[in-house]
Amino acid sequence: MATPYLTHPARIVARRTETAGIYTFTTRFVDPAARAAFRFRAGQFNMIYAFGVGEVPISIVSDPEDPATLEHTIRIAGRVTGVMAKWDVGDVVGVRGPYGNGWPVERARGRDVVIVTGGLGCAPVVGLINYIFRRRDQYGDLHILHGVKTPNDLLYRERFDQWRREPRTRVYLTTDHPDKSWHYRIGVVTELFDELAAPASAIAMMCGPEAMMRLAAHALRAKGIADDAMFMSLERRMECAVGMCGHCQYRENFVCKDGPVFSWRAVKELTRVSGL
Amino acid sequence: MNEATRMPKAALDNLIAILGREGYRVMGPVARDGTVAFDEIRSAADLPVGIRDAQEAGRYRLAPGIDGEIFGVVNGAGSLKPHFFAPAEPLLEIRRERRGFKANEIASAAPPHAFIGVRACDLAALAIQDRIFLHDRFRDAHYELRRKDAFFVAVDCTRSAPTCFCVSMKTGPRATAGFDLALTELPGGFVARPGSPAGEAMIVKLGLSAAGGADEAAARALIDECARGMGRRMDTADLPRLLYDEAENPRWREVAARCLSCANCTMVCPTCFCHTVIDQTEIDGNMSRRVRKWDSCFSLEHAHIHGINLRPKIHDRYRQWLTHKLASWIDQFGSSGCVGCGRCITWCPAGIDLTEEVAAIRASAGKG
Repeated sequence: MATPYLTHPARIVARRTETAGIYTFTTRFVDPAARAAFRFRAGQFNMIYAFGVGEVPISIVSDPEDPATLEHTIRIAGRVTGVMAKWDVGDVVGVRGPYGNGWPVERARGRDVVIVTGGLGCAPVVGLINYIFRRRDQYGDLHILHGVKTPNDLLYRERFDQWRREPRTRVYLTTDHPDKSWHYRIGVVTELFDELAAPASAIAMMCGPEAMMRLAAHALRAKGIADDAMFMSLERRMECAVGMCGHCQYRENFVCKDGPVFSWRAVKELTRVSGL
Repeated sequence: MNEATRMPKAALDNLIAILGREGYRVMGPVARDGTVAFDEIRSAADLPVGIRDAQEAGRYRLAPGIDGEIFGVVNGAGSLKPHFFAPAEPLLEIRRERRGFKANEIASAAPPHAFIGVRACDLAALAIQDRIFLHDRFRDAHYELRRKDAFFVAVDCTRSAPTCFCVSMKTGPRATAGFDLALTELPGGFVARPGSPAGEAMIVKLGLSAAGGADEAAARALIDECARGMGRRMDTADLPRLLYDEAENPRWREVAARCLSCANCTMVCPTCFCHTVIDQTEIDGNMSRRVRKWDSCFSLEHAHIHGINLRPKIHDRYRQWLTHKLASWIDQFGSSGCVGCGRCITWCPAGIDLTEEVAAIRASAGKG
């Protein structure tokens, strides 16, 4: 009998700086049995523990085919992640998981995939895009849409440029407030959908500010994509990840176990009310 | 055997003694700090004999009741909840090692508990907590350990507090499930009936004989009268749809103007399960305990995520509490999160009454 809160020591074997304040840590469980038993799906997350400080939910961005080595991209945003910024190779951290439902990558097979992100980038989506590229022949065209307030907010700029060069892949970028370096589109993210050439049979997956995703869902609906073919990854406070601590509730949903990925059909009604 | 037996009041001491001998820590409602809460008892004299409670919205008093009446107090601030889902409890002990750390579970080593004088609403509340901590996808080991060996002696309610509405929530006043033994208190003794094999065995150990038809009829009449005289009611018809559709009803702002967001209601609620887990680190920095503590959806931290509070207004938080309790709980766990015990009404310093709030929302539905 184990408490669901039991965390397992994992060693950091690599650290990569994505940009100032965003780091990717590669971890391996210290216990070989824990390593061998761990399996996950694309879009699931782990609870990552900093000794003496606390735990936060972090999505797994590496590929499910290699569950022995897990990559977690962490944005330094609060008390716990502030400590994580100082982590380095060799440090031992706590990991438990995986939790949540993950992206509907099986359902998306054989279809065009529209990926919408916004703001300061979204680690779960980077994992998803990499997942699709590693199985490129299983999916139709890939449409990546990303909107930022200012060009400085565009993280992973090289990655977008790299994705743009991939076959059957289109990248649509926009900013509200351009500078001289900006050679993509200008305007809010929803305007990108004018250019989007995705069939109504496409499946959409989104991650970013909820207001952006709501607007994107309406724009995609206008393109003929069904409410239950649009998915969004939500973010809430989580302390347990198993539906017991109560923090992540979004009306009837526990974002930790019913999500974090929800169909637009499931949450459309909820997004009309603020403060739910 | 499922027949009612007659139990003299003096046999209660015998029951307490037998449970104690069998290794149970025997708990009962004990008067303390102006209210009652479950605490360890050695004999029936430790119970609030001859005392009754006077409750109304925002007010609770203990007062002299009827001589010899053992279970005259309907309820107090303390439910069964803290004895299964502890208000503060260390879950893990994490010890720093030369390279890294080791995490160990902290097992609670308390003896099994026997509870005497549990009301039907509180048994219903415990069954609701079971669905969260035991019957969902993940099981809570700490809760399970205390839950599996507990022994329950229920007491049917023969009087209600004005804040009670268990009839509306279909949880009382008669105990129907979740007990080993159930008692109905009559002026001259108890009618006792078993609810489990352990309860049947206890009746044998107590040497009780079958109750007469008159006693059974008297017990039933008192319970029926209690049900009829219930002080409050709540219309639960289609509550989820009502509260979901009325998420922007002006009443939420109106109640928020009275609500202090103090979290009393969630602390006394026998089903509220929100909790936080914090690190308590030894001063030498080599050991940290992961401690679970009750949390409340009324706290500012509850929906806080990196610099943003997703429920910044009191009306957001009151709506979350009430909508979860009465509506989304049904979607999540298959039953309402409210058992009608009325504690949140009594212990609200502003006297906010959820039955009144629901009625007001229902009355104004569709007009927003």
